[in-house]
Parts: sequence; C-alpha cells; structure tokens
Amino acid sequence: MADDTISTKELIKEENLVYKKSKILTDNEFHYCPGCGHSTTHRIIAEIIEEMGIQSETIGVAPVGCSVFMYNYMDVDMQEAAHGRAPAVATAIKRLLPEKYVFTYQGDGDLAAIGTAETIHACNRGENITMIFINNGIYGMTGGQMAPTTLVGMKSSTTPYGREVSLMGNPIKMTDIIVNLPGTYFVSRQSVHTPANVRKTKKAIRKAFEYQALNKGTCFVEVVSNCPSGWKMNPVDSNKWMADNMLPFYPLGDMKVPEDQD
Amino acid sequence: MEEFVLMKGNEAIAEAAIRAGTDGYFGYPITPQSEVIEYLAAAKPHERTGMVLLQAESEVAAINMLYGGAGAGKKVMTSSSSPGISLMQEGISYIAGSELPCLLVNVVRGGPGLGTIQPSQCDYFQSTKGGGHGDYNLIVLAPASVQEMADFVSLGFDLAFKYRNPVMILSDGAIGQMMEKVKFKPQQPRSKKSPDWATTGKTPDRERNIITSLDLDPARQERFNEKLQAKYKEICKKEVRYEKIKCDDAEYLFVAYGTSSRICQKSMQMAREEGIKVGLFRPITLWPFPYNEIREMTGQLKGILSVEMSAGQMVEDVRLAVEGKVKVNHYGRMGGIIPTPDEIVENLKQKIIGG
Repeated sequence: MADDTISTKELIKEENLVYKKSKILTDNEFHYCPGCGHSTTHRIIAEIIEEMGIQSETIGVAPVGCSVFMYNYMDVDMQEAAHGRAPAVATAIKRLLPEKYVFTYQGDGDLAAIGTAETIHACNRGENITMIFINNGIYGMTGGQMAPTTLVGMKSSTTPYGREVSLMGNPIKMTDIIVNLPGTYFVSRQSVHTPANVRKTKKAIRKAFEYQALNKGTCFVEVVSNCPSGWKMNPVDSNKWMADNMLPFYPLGDMKVPEDQD
Repeated sequence: MEEFVLMKGNEAIAEAAIRAGTDGYFGYPITPQSEVIEYLAAAKPHERTGMVLLQAESEVAAINMLYGGAGAGKKVMTSSSSPGISLMQEGISYIAGSELPCLLVNVVRGGPGLGTIQPSQCDYFQSTKGGGHGDYNLIVLAPASVQEMADFVSLGFDLAFKYRNPVMILSDGAIGQMMEKVKFKPQQPRSKKSPDWATTGKTPDRERNIITSLDLDPARQERFNEKLQAKYKEICKKEVRYEKIKCDDAEYLFVAYGTSSRICQKSMQMAREEGIKVGLFRPITLWPFPYNEIREMTGQLKGILSVEMSAGQMVEDVRLAVEGKVKVNHYGRMGGIIPTPDEIVENLKQKIIGG
C-alpha cells in the first residue's frame, strides 16, 4: 500500500498540480463562514481577472454586507462603497476611466433594497460595467434579518414566524426587472452549489467581463447562494435547501444573451 | 486678454468648472441652482475639454459618483441646494473619511424641510460643523460676488487636492441667481497624471490601492482619526481667509459673509454718515473660521453685530472668537427674506449701541 502512495515531494511537482490559488487572490484568509458561496464567487472572479490578464486594468467596487472586506482578498485596486451605492460609484469610475474594467459586487440587501435606485438607473443608462449580485435571501452580516429576496414563509430574525406577504410583501426578483431594461447587454442567473454550477457561473462572469470591452451596456450576473449561518444549517443542508427552495423561485440560466454574440 | 462678461453666479460656477480642468460633474437639478448643470449641458464640456457631465438619478447617487470619481484620482464636483445637500451628507462623510478631494457647491435656500426656494444662509451649521456623521470638517468657502463664485472653483480644487479633503462653496440663492460682471481665468488643461493613491488599476510596480473609510480595529481607527484631526489643525493654521473693510478706526463691527456682507457694506456707509464708526469683517473661509483675527480686534471694539440670513448660527463662532470680551449680538432674517440696509443699522443701534 505504501508503495502506491505518492510522496509529498512528488505531489508538489508542477506536473501533478491539479488546482492552485489564483495570483489575484491575496494571502489574507477569507472571513466567510465555511460553505458560503461568497468564497467560491471571489475565487471565480480572481481566476477570470488572472486568465484575462486584466489585473492592471481592473477596478472593483465592494459593497456593505458580508463582502464588505472583498478588497482584502482581491489583489486589484478597489473602492469600498456606501451601502447600496456601488453602481453609482462604478458609474463615475468607468466614465472617467473608460478603458478600464470596472466591476461591482453586491449582496441582496445592498443591490435590491437600499440600492434599488442605483441598480436600476445604472442598468437603465447602460453603464459599461460588470455587476455581480449575490442573492442568499438574507442579511448575513447583521445577523440574519429579512432581505428583499427572502422567500415567502422563510424564517429570519426579523420574520421569526416566516415572511408573510400581507405584512412584508413578496420577494423581489431584481434580475427579472433589470433584464427588461434596454441598457443591459448580458444578464444571467447562476449558482455555485455544485462543481457543474461553479463552471457555468465562471463562464457567465467571464462573458460579463469580456463583453464590457464592447461598450454595449451593463453586464449583470446574479449568483443564487446559500447562507449556512443565517439559515442555521450546515453547508451541505443549506445547498440542498437552496436547490429545493430558492432555485424554483430564482431559476438559473442566461436571461439576456446578446444576439450579435451567440 | 479676457473680457468681462455678464453672468449669473450659477453660470459662472459652471464656466469656471470647465476652465479649471474639472474631469467630471455629477448632479441633480434643484432650485435655485439648476443653471449650473443646464449651462454645462449647453456648453458641451466634453467637446471643450473631455469633461464628463452626468445628470444622476438623485443627490444620493451624485455624491457617490463623486466618491468613485475622486477615488479614481479625478477632479470631480457637484452642486445642489439645501435639501439636496442634506441627502448627500452620508456620502460627504465617506469622502472625508476616505480622504478624497472633491468640490461641493451649496446654493442655499430657506429651510427647514422643503422650505422655500428663496435665498438663505441657514446651512452654516451643517456646512461648518460636520453635517454628516463622524468627526470631520469640510473646508468651506463663502463667495460674496459672482466673480468669487468663479474664482473659488479653482481655489476649491487646489485646497481639496492639497489636503485630500472635500471643499464646499457655501453660496446662497441671491448670489447664484444675480448677474454681475465676471472675468474668467484662461482654460486650464485637465490633468493627465493621477495621484499615487488613486484606483487606476494595480500595476506590477505598486501595491493595490484601496479607497475605504472602514477599519474595525479601534486602535487603528483612533490613530486614523488623530491623523485627520492633525490635518484639520494644519488647515486651521494655514488656510484662514477673510476681508476687513473700514476696520482701522472701527468701534463697532459687523461680521457677515456672502450676501449679508454685501448688504452690510451699505449699512456701514449709512451708519458712518451718522457718525457711527462701524467696520465690516467678512469671513471668506467659514471653516476654518477666523477666530484669531476677530479676537485680535476686541481691544478696539465696543460691540459686534453678526448679520446672517438665519436664526443665528455664525454668531456662535463670533462669540467663541471674542471669549466674552466684547458684546456680541445677532441680527438675521429667515425663510428667504433678505434684510435691508436700514434695518441692519437700526438693529446695530438697538442691540449693540443702545442695548
């Protein structure tokens, strides 16, 4: 048995390498909870920036929420926006530095509650930016309160008996709203709960970056995600719950594909 | 040589913005300052200098566009009026907390609330004492003429970049709307260089640049606040600006800025015709306030009347300046009413000389 085991020395040889951390990720440890989709999505974005070779041309805008410290993990220039205002911040950066790649990264509270106006108007103007939207149906950072995207009946610390439509209204499908705006060029909804979905998300976000260079409008990718801590589940159960409950309401797939591209 | 032109104060700000080499203007219409964005839209700044002009969806979006543009190292500005400036306060606090330069213009109207569209000076506290959350200060310039509206744009940008701090031009509806002759400086080119802290894309020769005001570590956050306060102290030492008119022989003093200071000049003339030796002290920087310069005059003064179009806001700084050594009182009109020269003289007599 020992004879078949690959030695540590062999293991770390370049030709045996099957996966490595992107150079665009810093050595800072993620503060995210185990199993959270933020870490995977950060990794995807870092890999895309590295693969496209655009580190020196990329400026990111971080939100307020769990990913407020995104700039600690990405080795690119970044700005930390006030709650909900990332699209406005990114609008000005892109207009003043039109040759650069500018992306925003926001959660559901940031993008679909307090920042609704900035989201809709940046998309409506067709700002040539890439917007990444993490939708986990809950306010993670502040301790699990209701989000605009919290499902009907779903429990949170401010809906302890479940979201009731008569009191709190229905969950908002922000991506379905912005897909109807002529200013958006590419719109997709994906998830990162299985390896196959991670690959699809990477493909979508890569397009959302590549299309930015065409100056044809806003590229928007929603990533339906889990929140093991906020949902009070272990990572495996949270992904299963997400697949069973979130995905029927927020179905995955490309929602607007440019006719001149595919 | 450039000729004098006749122009509104708001229009002068806009033309001066293009000539100062401003990279971007982001704003939202509000009376009485909408001429700023209207003038810019008509002037085609993109063709003249490449300047970006964008009408935002709200004042909230506009101020956050300033944050983004300033963080990218660009010369960016906005203009608004009182209710719009209130909406911007969170963003202004973030800009100050991230040590970013930008130029803000407040063409003040009467408040509180939706108030009125008529001129007022009721935003003195908001402008000079913080306005948003946290311990920060804006550099506040108070123009008293259309010419100063124009001149303070480039001065404002110079100070903003020198100290990496937001600068506010605190005007009012009267100066914004009135027409006067004004002479502009020649066109300045837009800067091709970026400050080394700006987010322009991380190149291999430097660490990544991060624009943020967040630091959860209390010790580091306190050190950062101490650094900010040291900067403000330096600004107080070096950037106080004011004008003294007929102060040499003055026994009484008007302290007034902006529109009020113009009216006080007439009041001063009327009072002197009656033999009352009154001078005018006009703070040009409202923050830093010229405390020392007013204090130095206390030996020669029998009383000071602070004249403002407000319930009495700057008067508190005048009182702080004189440290109780001279009688100080306030006279003001509110709600969009501009005081007349004779009612100011009457109040000088009643509240200071006779009182």
